[in-house]
Amino acid sequence: MNRGVPPPIAMLAELTHRCPLSCPYCSNPVEMAKQDSEMDTDIWTRVFEEAAALGVLQLHLSGGEPASRRDLVTLVKAARQAGLYTNLITSAIGLSERRLHELDEAGLDHIQLSLQGTDAVMADKVGGYRGGFDRKMKAVEWIKAIGFPLTLNFVLHRHNAHQLLRALELAQEMGARRIEVATVQFHGWALQNRDALMPTRDQAQQVTQHVIEARQALKGELVIDYVPADYHDDYPKRCMGGWGTTGLNVTPDGQVLPCHAAQSIPHLQFDRVQDKPLAEIWYNNSAFNAYRGTEWMSEPCQSCDRKTIDFGGCRCQAMAIVGDANATDPVCIKSPHHKDLQSQANQHAASIDAPFVYRTAPGKTREPAE
Amino acid sequence: MLAQEIPTLPRGVRLHYDKVRGKWVLLAPERAVTLDQIGHAILNEVDGQRSFGQITTALSEKYNAPQDQIAEDSGGFLDALRARRFLDVT
Ligand code: SF4
Ligand code: SF4
Repeated sequence: MNRGVPPPIAMLAELTHRCPLSCPYCSNPVEMAKQDSEMDTDIWTRVFEEAAALGVLQLHLSGGEPASRRDLVTLVKAARQAGLYTNLITSAIGLSERRLHELDEAGLDHIQLSLQGTDAVMADKVGGYRGGFDRKMKAVEWIKAIGFPLTLNFVLHRHNAHQLLRALELAQEMGARRIEVATVQFHGWALQNRDALMPTRDQAQQVTQHVIEARQALKGELVIDYVPADYHDDYPKRCMGGWGTTGLNVTPDGQVLPCHAAQSIPHLQFDRVQDKPLAEIWYNNSAFNAYRGTEWMSEPCQSCDRKTIDFGGCRCQAMAIVGDANATDPVCIKSPHHKDLQSQANQHAASIDAPFVYRTAPGKTREPAE
Repeated sequence: MLAQEIPTLPRGVRLHYDKVRGKWVLLAPERAVTLDQIGHAILNEVDGQRSFGQITTALSEKYNAPQDQIAEDSGGFLDALRARRFLDVT
């Protein structure tokens, strides 16, 4: 049943949901995969081979914190062997100098480093881990010395939005070629933290302005990719480059998802790599087919000329806010819920005393990274 | 891109033959750039030693095509790669 469905380009492998940090915007589901249900090295190796054969080019090794897996180096080797471009998405906590050298030998192509704040006070508060910032900066020196290509991922919200300019400087000091300025998207744990994290409208506008200016000033030196504050926008974000057209996500226990938040849509049924070949899941699984193309859309999307630009926005957001995964993303100015969402956003942003709800650890005891 | 400039693929950017789609691609952080024939021919010659001018001369002999045509067809593409930091130039 390939019916013009293109093969995927990218796969996000959530190797584990374990993580030494506990960021309140973590994209992991609130119900996390238990450590004892994590797939072993052999199954992941087979999944990488199946992914490459299916057409995946880019592999993002993610988590939780992928460095929490003892077999990370072996997994990178296996992925390179399969012919995949390997990107490690990490907070760098748990990466020793020795392990970074081993990852280098294993052929790791690129590191994407998360930044919770530009100083220890902010970063350790957001990550909920004292000493985390200093350990990260230590690891950055090793990463730099080895020469790994580096992208910095600055997750921005109301508490740290004012640190953007410093984050841009830090990226350059670290020798990063690229920075992602990613305003928190409200899925997973972030949905429970909207009061604590929502940027104000003014902040969102100021950040956009800074990004525009910095792109001009740093042209050719630092590439800036920007994810603006969704709730304050008039049009929604393009969903994943199109649901089931570009990427897929494999959870620590082997479920294959069209996007990392897809489990928040209760009527979707997912297959597991332990039960079916990845190609069969990509082309035939009902969750992948649910929102492919534009036939599933209702109004106002169905007759909108932007429908192949943003695909009606995010399905998980429609589910979370409107209670209907088929609805127009409420961020959209054409959605009947747009006004409500914007006033909600302002209320969240005005909740200045709201405490962080930190993510918790997945079940089972935590093992040290090495 | 000027004739005397020397392009290099930095670490983390590499050519890859995509068997599934039957095409050459340039793999880079978070991106896979599909290459047309000229794009692939040029990047295949990029070795961090020879200048853009030397590369287009070599290709013009190999494909029996005018050098300025090759430079024109590929210059914009290389500049775009450079702007994304997928190509270093010295
Ligand atoms: S967002 Fe924070 S808690 Fe979640 S995986 Fe990343 S570093 Fe860990
Ligand atoms: S109506 Fe639907 S397709 Fe049109 S802009 Fe809004 S979300 Fe996108």
